[in-house]
Amino acid sequence: MEALYAISTGTLTACGLYLTLRGRTFPVVVGLTLLSYAVNLFLFSMGNLTTHGAAIVNGTGDYADPLPQALVLTAIVIGFAMTAFVVILAMRARSEMGNDHVDGKKDDHE
Amino acid sequence: MILLWIALLPLFGVLAPLLSVRHGRAACTLATALLPGIALALTLAQIPALADGQALRFSASWLPQLGLDLALRLDGLTLLFNLLILGIGLLILLYAHFYLDQSEPVGRFYAFMVLFMASMVGIAMADNLILLWLYWELTSLASFLLIGFWTTQSAARKGARMALTVTGAGGLALLAGVLLLGQIAGSFDMDVVLSSGEAIAADPRYPAMLVLVLLGAFTKSAQFPFQFWLPHAMAAPTPVSAYLHSATMVKAGIFLMARLHPALGGTPLWTVLVALTGTVTLLYGAWFALFKTDLKGILAFSTVSHLGLVTVLLGIGSPMAIVGALFHILNHATFKAALFMSAGIIDHETGTRELKYLGGLRKGMPVMAVLTSVAAAAMAGVPLLNGFLSKEMLFAETLNTPILAGLSWTMPVLAALGGVLSVAYSLRLAHAVFFKPPRRMPPRHPHEPPRLMRAPVELLVTLCVLVGLFPALLAGGLVDLATQAALGGASPDFHLAIWHGFNVPLAMSAVALAGGGLMYWRHADMRRFVTQFKGLDARFVFERGVQSCIKASERSLTWFEGNSLQRYMACLLMAAVVAGVMGLAKIAPLTGEAGNQPIDGVALFGTAMLIFGGIATAAIHRFRLVSLLMLSIVGLFVALTFARFSAPDLALTQLSVEVVTMILLMLALFFLPQRTPRESGPMRNVRDILLSSALGLVIASLNYAVMTRGGVSISDFFINHSVPGGGGHNVVNVILVDFRGFDTLGEITVLALAGLAIFKLLNRLRLFMPHSDAEGRVWSPDRYPAILTSISMALLPLALLVSVFIFLRGHNQPGGGFIAGLITAVALILLYMARGVDWAQQRLDFPFQPVAVAGVATATLTGVGSWLFGQPFLTSAFGHFSLPLIGELELATALLFDLGVYLAVVGATLMILANLGKVTTPHRPVIESRDNNRGKAASAANKENG
Repeated sequence: MEALYAISTGTLTACGLYLTLRGRTFPVVVGLTLLSYAVNLFLFSMGNLTTHGAAIVNGTGDYADPLPQALVLTAIVIGFAMTAFVVILAMRARSEMGNDHVDGKKDDHE
Repeated sequence: MILLWIALLPLFGVLAPLLSVRHGRAACTLATALLPGIALALTLAQIPALADGQALRFSASWLPQLGLDLALRLDGLTLLFNLLILGIGLLILLYAHFYLDQSEPVGRFYAFMVLFMASMVGIAMADNLILLWLYWELTSLASFLLIGFWTTQSAARKGARMALTVTGAGGLALLAGVLLLGQIAGSFDMDVVLSSGEAIAADPRYPAMLVLVLLGAFTKSAQFPFQFWLPHAMAAPTPVSAYLHSATMVKAGIFLMARLHPALGGTPLWTVLVALTGTVTLLYGAWFALFKTDLKGILAFSTVSHLGLVTVLLGIGSPMAIVGALFHILNHATFKAALFMSAGIIDHETGTRELKYLGGLRKGMPVMAVLTSVAAAAMAGVPLLNGFLSKEMLFAETLNTPILAGLSWTMPVLAALGGVLSVAYSLRLAHAVFFKPPRRMPPRHPHEPPRLMRAPVELLVTLCVLVGLFPALLAGGLVDLATQAALGGASPDFHLAIWHGFNVPLAMSAVALAGGGLMYWRHADMRRFVTQFKGLDARFVFERGVQSCIKASERSLTWFEGNSLQRYMACLLMAAVVAGVMGLAKIAPLTGEAGNQPIDGVALFGTAMLIFGGIATAAIHRFRLVSLLMLSIVGLFVALTFARFSAPDLALTQLSVEVVTMILLMLALFFLPQRTPRESGPMRNVRDILLSSALGLVIASLNYAVMTRGGVSISDFFINHSVPGGGGHNVVNVILVDFRGFDTLGEITVLALAGLAIFKLLNRLRLFMPHSDAEGRVWSPDRYPAILTSISMALLPLALLVSVFIFLRGHNQPGGGFIAGLITAVALILLYMARGVDWAQQRLDFPFQPVAVAGVATATLTGVGSWLFGQPFLTSAFGHFSLPLIGELELATALLFDLGVYLAVVGATLMILANLGKVTTPHRPVIESRDNNRGKAASAANKENG
């Protein structure tokens, strides 16, 4: 199970990073979103994988680690805010520069 | 306690000129002089207590973890320096009162002066190595401000920058040296350090430490090869030069060597380094002083030379040499301050300091002629003046020292040569200015300065003569006390006297006087000889060095970044791969002791979908809409993963965030190109694939390694205290709103700020709006599909109800403010999409910014509320209440905090999405002014996006 989980995290990381290396803003934003999924999965797994052990205190005693969950929960919301900021920055950059290259290059072949 | 006042009064005195400057210059000068004056009186009052040779101490704990205490001491060495710093400082204040032009900001000048004075006093009094270093840096900063006081002059700015660079770099070396010294000695306390001299010298780290400390001292005291900054610091106003470069700042390095002499001195390494550097500096300064034509230039180089003289004596290090060094510090400060002030007066009254415009000033300023000549004679070492006595000591010590073994006989020869040069330039200084017939007329007719402006010079010159005549009476005691401190024990039995009988040093003095006279007589010939060589201006060399540093850093930046984000990213990822591989290399075996859990079919399917979604998103990224759909598959399966592994809160959050993210990206894509052009070459693609795969492998291995290992978690605390301490059964939610509430407060603040920033970015955004999609199909004319419209209307109350439910149960069951806020936001956004902005705007006519701000404010105030009950910030309280019909209810203040989270999330999400949706409508965000015409035109011309 752990191996499968790690493979998923690694794949998502690789795909996200590949996209962040592209030259246009939109793939970079998509890449960052993908990367943030991977990072969230990674952080979440720091508490190890638990089945049927949601951290609701009810006396059974075998709980998943709640701390990474709390951290990841806020990370998800902040991740959304940052994605929004970056994508709107990309829109603004396109409107100011006339193209959507990450370096704001003028030679735009669309 | 009095020691603390001596150190602090000048520091408080920095404020005096700034507060009193509006009451006129006289009041300002008096107010400025008051506090340093009291400090001087307090210092003098301590003299009787010092008579038995014991240092007075004051100590208060400051940062004990760093070994830094506010520890002050007053011993003979401190006394000598405090008298110089405060005494000459007060004279300089009086002098500056007349020197500065009426239009100049005298308050600022005095404030810098007093700041400098306070930091010098701190160096002299520090009883802790780190404290000493702190004050040391403060003098560098204050001197930078003083040298660059005439900010409009390029020379002043460059001189100040050079001085700061050299002394600041030296200060860093000193810090390293001091830290090493503290480690070797085991304490930063001065007494411990000074008393463990033998252990320090035996330590293997001693040579490195000594070199670092000496670098600090040599840069500050302008010793060769760091002497070049001092002549350029002459761009400062003359009172600054007179103070910093005669009595104080350049003496700080000397002071440091004298202070640490018991701990560091006496070894062969010390002797060779210090004595040889001093000798070279002594000759170098004297030689160049002989050929300068600027009065202050002559004085600057002669200062370099005299600092070298003191350094030689400290290097020789015998008890009598220390006596000579300390005595010369005192003498040099007196005559050099007088000479600098004279130079300033000449400049002030004639308009020039250039020797070729000066001459015959004896007629216009007879009193100044006498004063300057006497001071110059003291500098030359003429008998009956103070300079003669300390110079004799140098000669005597160089005769006796064995430091250069077989070549030791060169020391007295070199010292005598220095004496010859010193006589020559002193003679030239006095003769060329006052007695030689002028070649050209100075810009202004020379006349005597104001009476009080001359007073400091008169006082100092009188001291030169009196100390020269009655050395034992006036200076003997002071020098004796200072020597005891610098030697760390009893001082030698010495007697300062004018006459020691006919001996070799006296003969050397006679040689120096005769040789100096001869040299000045043949000065023109020597000058012709010297001018054959091309001069090397230190400033150009320095500036070239600075420029080449800037160029080199620019080049390396370009190489790294290359103005290309892609290359920059690639460098970053490569570094991450290297760091990750290095870390993984230490983990063996990769699978930890916990091992793998068994695989089931659901997990296999989920993994396959995640991998498929990820790869598909990346592979077809050029078709942006399809790529986005693939991304949403990944998001959904991430939510399912959270649900599978016991994180219901995360699954709910991920699901609702997934919805808003997709709406956001779809909206944004509408305004961006629908396709990505093919521009990366095959090489670039292969490189990127390799790089990202490598990092993916590193992350996967790392993740696997961590997951298969057990480990101690701090989470048991949260699980155990969630119900008794936070009053909630859902531990994740209790952590968010209670245990780690401060974190959450920070996060919702970031969220609200992101919303505000986006609102600002959308302001007056010029848009590219396509009329058709990427395949050339025009948009559907059915803007508001009937099914969506009716379903969204029916869903709205239900969705709001669900969000209230999720919110209320959050403390005990999966849910909470974050999730409830997202659900509310999604419901409202759905309304916007189904019915259009106009329709929604009529019914939801309020701005979202205040909602987000109110959310953050509610959360903050909840936290502040706990102060009212005397509890720390964000302490929560809870209790059980029973309501009719509903039954028993548990309420916690954390619920109020969660309400703040809810509001912030709703406000920020709507601020982002609704405002983005509105950009094509008249309701678009406009901040500066309502530009309705433009908004209407935009909406008329373009299709409304809802």
